[in-house]
Amino acid sequence: MLRYLAKRLLVLIPTFIGITLVCFAVIHLAPGEPTALQAELNPNITTEAIDQLRHHYGLDQPLLKRYVLWMGNLARLDFGRSISSDERPVWDKIRERLPITISINIASLVIILLAATPLGVISAIRRGHMTDRFITVFVFIGFSIPGFWLALICMDFFGVRLGWLPISGIHSAGYLHLGLSGRLWDLGVHLFLPVVISAFGSLAGMSRYMRSSMLEIIRQDYILTARAKGLPERTVIYKHAMRNALLPVITILGLSIPGLIGGSVIFESIFSIPGLGQLFYQAIMMRDYNLIMGALTIGSVLTLLGNLLADVAYSLADPRIRAA
Amino acid sequence: MGFWKRLLSDKLALGGLVIVLGFFALSALTPLIAPYDPNLIDVDHILMPPSLAHLFGTDDLGRDVFTRMLYGAGISLKVGFVAVGIAVLIGVVLGALAGYYGGWVDLIVMRIVDIMLCFPSFFLILAVIAFLEPSIFNIMAVIGLTSWMGITRLVRAEFLSLKERDFVLAQKALGASNVRIIFRHILPNAMAPVLVAATLGIAAAVLTESALSFLGIGVQPPTPSWGNILTQGKNVLGVAWWLSFFPGMAILITVLGYNLLGEGIRDAIDPRLR
Repeated sequence: MLRYLAKRLLVLIPTFIGITLVCFAVIHLAPGEPTALQAELNPNITTEAIDQLRHHYGLDQPLLKRYVLWMGNLARLDFGRSISSDERPVWDKIRERLPITISINIASLVIILLAATPLGVISAIRRGHMTDRFITVFVFIGFSIPGFWLALICMDFFGVRLGWLPISGIHSAGYLHLGLSGRLWDLGVHLFLPVVISAFGSLAGMSRYMRSSMLEIIRQDYILTARAKGLPERTVIYKHAMRNALLPVITILGLSIPGLIGGSVIFESIFSIPGLGQLFYQAIMMRDYNLIMGALTIGSVLTLLGNLLADVAYSLADPRIRAA
Repeated sequence: MGFWKRLLSDKLALGGLVIVLGFFALSALTPLIAPYDPNLIDVDHILMPPSLAHLFGTDDLGRDVFTRMLYGAGISLKVGFVAVGIAVLIGVVLGALAGYYGGWVDLIVMRIVDIMLCFPSFFLILAVIAFLEPSIFNIMAVIGLTSWMGITRLVRAEFLSLKERDFVLAQKALGASNVRIIFRHILPNAMAPVLVAATLGIAAAVLTESALSFLGIGVQPPTPSWGNILTQGKNVLGVAWWLSFFPGMAILITVLGYNLLGEGIRDAIDPRLR
């Protein structure tokens, strides 16, 4: 196990360096500069002032030097300062927003797993029947519907018309006066729509995978043996087949992380949730270089760690993986 | 049973095919069936609800939503097809090289794939589009450049198994060049999964464009795309439901069609997993 882990960790290093290279290249090879926005906002700005700004943000240095400098700072989690008016360190801005985005994504993953497993299993058992078709269309609708549109409709319906759910933010006004259970309930009510809607979008990948994984396993000899022993069909399906079919799903769970993080830009903007996605969107609109680079790096590092976690969990669950 | 017979006997796939072809026909016939000029501003008929004169109502400038959606269909599909074309091109070439040559070529290509897969691609797309201009070309290019990794993996896997087969060894023995073997003999046999991935990719690209439009950096008005019409509608959700309802449904139905078709093709190629 340790050897597997060490090998897996070693591969992370070149991948991480690659990630930083891509982040750096994307932002520095693109023609728009942060000073361009300031120049647009202020038509009277002089060329000297622009040069000063460029010097201030280090944009007059050669690319390679800037990359090495940036990497050195990165090692100390120093992403530089935000270009926006508060000029706070980028890492501080990101750090205070990470917990909320990570919690939302974990909640979504849990819902996806809880919903996709039974859907996939039922779909596989009733393969070709109406139930199977119904489930297939249902999960594909989730996969095909523009998430922001569904979010707007739900917000309008449940929030505005029915008044059942709050439509923005993560706390009510009187939040601080609530007890612990009250606070949790308040948070849950605020996050219900964003979490459920983003989970709905990723349901298809998982449940379809679960379905084909089940179909594959139902054909195995040990299932035939279990049936031949006269075990009830329920036991065969839910104990023998489902457990084994669930194994590879862990990896797919890891693969849906980048989609969820990317989707957080949309959902956090719509529901005014102060998370990484909203921060990233604001940074994009401001062309806040350091913040964009920081958020892009952190977003992909989260994916990297999520995938590592999924791989380790998989290898713990299935010893065959460790041997390979 | 042949591929087509299997595909057409699958009701969901057939539905997908009908949707896909239907929207093709609509966008091909747009100039003939569009009742108005897509950019004709009519201040006397602002935000009119659906009626016989304006099937899908009018928008906040009095433009006919049905007409704009017809033109938008062409734009949205063009974005999808070109983006996927770019992804397929990169994916096939890199996947073929990695699978056929193996060794360090394979190592480097697969490392790049791993790296690219780590990016929440929507973050990457947003960053690039924000720095470049949000033109249709840039949007297509960036979506394509961030979605080739799955295809690379598929093609590589096909090449790994196909390159050991007798018909390839025979070509080698006959002295065929590597380029000829790769493109003429192995690639045609490796295209089936690529077709599936491309069909699903078009669905994803149409969705991505609409999400970019929603954030204000997709296809820019006055050029109509389903995404930006829907975005127009979000501000008047309470008073003009039709402005967001019809484009939303159009995106949903189209994307659903491509997804069902893609899944159907996959099953028809490999009926074992149906």
